[in-house]
Amino acid sequence: MTYIAKPRLLADVQPRNAIGFTRRDYEGRVSTLCAGCGHDSISAAIVQAVYELDLEPHRLAKLSGIGCSSKTPDYFIGASHGFNSVHGRMPSVATGANLANRDLTYLGVSGDGDSASIGIGQFAHAMRRGLNLTYIVENNGVYGLTKGQFSATADKGSKSKKGVLNADSPIDLVALALQLGATYVGRSFSGDKDQLVPLIKGALRHKGPAFIDVLSPCVTFNNHAGSTKSYDYVREHNEAVNKVEVVLPRDAIETSYAPGSLRRVVQHDGSMLLLRKLGEDYDPTDRILAMNHLHERAALGEIVTGLLYVDESAEDLHRHLNTVETPLNLLTEAELCPGSAALEALNASLR
Amino acid sequence: MATIATAAIQATNDFVIKFANVNGSGSASANEMFARAIIRMGVPVSPRNIFPSNIQGMPTWYEVRVSEAGWLGRRGGCDLMVALNAQTWDEDVADIEPGGYLFYDSTKHVPAERLRPDINVIGIPLTAICAREFADPNQRRLFKNIMYVGALAGLLDMELEVVEALIAQQYRGKDLLIQGNREAARIGYDYAREHFPAIGLRLARTDAVGERIFIDGNSAAGLGAVYGGATVCAWYPITPSTSVVEAFTSYCRKYRTDGDSGAANYAIVQAEDELASIGMVIGAGWNGARAFTATSGPGISLMQEFIGLSYFAEVPSVIVDVQRGGPSTGMPTKTQQSDLLACAYASHGDTRHVLLFPEDPHECFTMTAQAFDLAERLQTPVFLMTDLDIGMNERLAAPFAWDDARAYDRGKVLSAADLDSGKLFGRYEDVDGDGIPWRTLPGTHPDKGAFFTRGTSRNAQARYSEIGSDYVYNMERLRLKFETAKGLVPAPQIIPARSATRLGVIYYGSTSPAMAEALALLAAEGVHLNALRVRGFPFNAEVEAFVDAHDFVFVVEQNESAQLRTLLVNECEFDPKKLVKVLHYDGSPITARFISGAIAEALNTPRLRPLAPTKA
Repeated sequence: MTYIAKPRLLADVQPRNAIGFTRRDYEGRVSTLCAGCGHDSISAAIVQAVYELDLEPHRLAKLSGIGCSSKTPDYFIGASHGFNSVHGRMPSVATGANLANRDLTYLGVSGDGDSASIGIGQFAHAMRRGLNLTYIVENNGVYGLTKGQFSATADKGSKSKKGVLNADSPIDLVALALQLGATYVGRSFSGDKDQLVPLIKGALRHKGPAFIDVLSPCVTFNNHAGSTKSYDYVREHNEAVNKVEVVLPRDAIETSYAPGSLRRVVQHDGSMLLLRKLGEDYDPTDRILAMNHLHERAALGEIVTGLLYVDESAEDLHRHLNTVETPLNLLTEAELCPGSAALEALNASLR
Repeated sequence: MATIATAAIQATNDFVIKFANVNGSGSASANEMFARAIIRMGVPVSPRNIFPSNIQGMPTWYEVRVSEAGWLGRRGGCDLMVALNAQTWDEDVADIEPGGYLFYDSTKHVPAERLRPDINVIGIPLTAICAREFADPNQRRLFKNIMYVGALAGLLDMELEVVEALIAQQYRGKDLLIQGNREAARIGYDYAREHFPAIGLRLARTDAVGERIFIDGNSAAGLGAVYGGATVCAWYPITPSTSVVEAFTSYCRKYRTDGDSGAANYAIVQAEDELASIGMVIGAGWNGARAFTATSGPGISLMQEFIGLSYFAEVPSVIVDVQRGGPSTGMPTKTQQSDLLACAYASHGDTRHVLLFPEDPHECFTMTAQAFDLAERLQTPVFLMTDLDIGMNERLAAPFAWDDARAYDRGKVLSAADLDSGKLFGRYEDVDGDGIPWRTLPGTHPDKGAFFTRGTSRNAQARYSEIGSDYVYNMERLRLKFETAKGLVPAPQIIPARSATRLGVIYYGSTSPAMAEALALLAAEGVHLNALRVRGFPFNAEVEAFVDAHDFVFVVEQNESAQLRTLLVNECEFDPKKLVKVLHYDGSPITARFISGAIAEALNTPRLRPLAPTKA
């Protein structure tokens, strides 16, 4: 636990992004998580991503469920509204919030217990419903706040700190997200900021359900030998399919890469994802291929990371519902209330 | 065939007809047409569907109370039984009042021992006539329904032209159907006229309906949500609430489609379950949209944790609870008022919630619209406590009205300008002394007013806190807010007795029309009671004064455990002995005879006894 407040004295000399904010402007309260917790690295990656995207902090809304991971939205972007809701139910709260105001950017933070166990139903339906939400699961395979029980993403045969072997099959949320219709699916590692920051940036610019599973070792309860979610294990078994760069529409596109090893994906908002291929013949726009690749590598004991799937023509829930462009929370009596004359006519039809 | 008993019931514009049908047989629209025809003759009716949780093949009844005096509750008993379901024949025959009438399809012979000597039997060979008149098997089956409506018109001296006009209206544009239905109605009418003398029950044109409209409560609630400015609706199908959202959807398409773009000024999501429904409502409410869900008892049970969040994090939400029989799956297609405690104190920890009790479709409309104002003003969940009886039956009700000058009360929300003007913002701070804090909406201001919403304890500035005094401050403020709510929920309706009395009666919701008739029955026997209809919870000062002003107060409810009485005792600390339970909970709507009988029995008034021993 870190008790030392962060000094703000250096703010003046810090670099500013295109809309004049320093990286500091995107920070939150001091984290109360354990020192070395992977989740804090993810919070830092979120701060970096939002800073680099030049997103106004107050135009972002942060939502979470319950658990260690769900506490983190208090620890980044303090100028955004946040909602720490109910265990496993972040997706529904995010859905309602998104329906009320389509103009904000929504970031949902959850954990493996919050999403793969108690909240698997809401996770599934948010993915299939096309909710425009960046959904990050901080995945450590363990219940931290209740001190070390296995979660549903813990691998079969992995060992708990107390020496118990997990006999249940794991749920792979990435595989589920692909099957359920998420239109941006990635996996990363809290210790790999270079991979994680662009992945989050791409997700925040994506207009549809964007899911990122971030392996985030629990230093207190799941970082020992025999765990398959420890720092050492993940580093050894990480198999990246690509390296992502996000180019915003205003930026000049860099061309300092070898042709043939790079793939461009233009998202709806004009931002471009540059995918530097690492895996052979990996096509991130083919859902079936992504699912096959994921399972083939998993069978070999490898954890596939990177941007596994993106649908350039993704549609979101508002499109499906054909809602007006104006956020629903800005509509007034003039648009909402049919008035007395309509009621008189209705009365007449009911006699 | 026509045997008329000596003591045949004689009544004009005041009787009960019950149709016993098999569900899925197409009888529902014919029965509804019969009820509408009577309204068109200027005679008030109140029909009730008594139906199974099933799509085809099970017994269903349609009970029509005809009352020129305007009693729209169930009276109890049945004067004319239209018995068209062999499965329920014996119980249907037994249900008829002595001197009453049995109407049946006499195509098959019914032995005398399956009948009763003290009733009048009217047999018309409907199946045989249909087989003779129509060639198509479908027509033979369906036209039987409209044929018995025609026959009843003949027996009751109704105007057949009214039935014909309704047929033309219902099947507008389908000439073949109009022609066939009219023909079948006419055949039934003529047969009855030819074979039977006029019976003792008569319908005579009058002008007792007035300006009233005929609509079900769920449709009215859906319309109320449109007028109340709801933009987000999240729901999960459950009987008997489903038609609230179906109505909201259809009224939204009609009234909320943007003229230029054709886009929707609303969003409706059928969620994966009730937990997600209420979660979406809370997310939308947090983000400044008016949002609601509609559900029934089992859904309320599932929503408990989220309702506590809405209460404690102070996020507006509106929940329409169309109550049915519980507990567990209970009686999905039967009515009760048994969710009061589950809603009033929903969720773990110390909670208390605002409840509204509509009596009919008119109040389903006004109170649903009002619920959104209350939810945003109080920043809390608000429940519309309706039930299956109001929700799924068409009822005559005062026409809907709307004041175009009315503005929505969006509650205490700080704008960017407010924040810039230097107003101090403490999300959970009681600035105004009414327990209601100010809130900000996400996206409002670049660097002012953001806060972190959570279900955990916090201080007045919305920062996480486990300090006891911070928690206590918050709980005391919530208590004060509930006191404030007393002045905002609808005041009770008080109906004074014609003579001074120390006896009172309290009731609410769908009990209202039966209560009105019961009061008249009792008054006719010299028993006078002042009546109070509760319209909102928390109870306002008038409710307390009413109980204080009487020696005994009957509390009439449609549940087994006297839930409103429990709330009265718990919240107002009345002496429980003073509050006498009158409870009806078999799943059928309460009747005037049940209420008057129970009160008479409690008062030990022998003269009133004949009112008591009747079936519900």
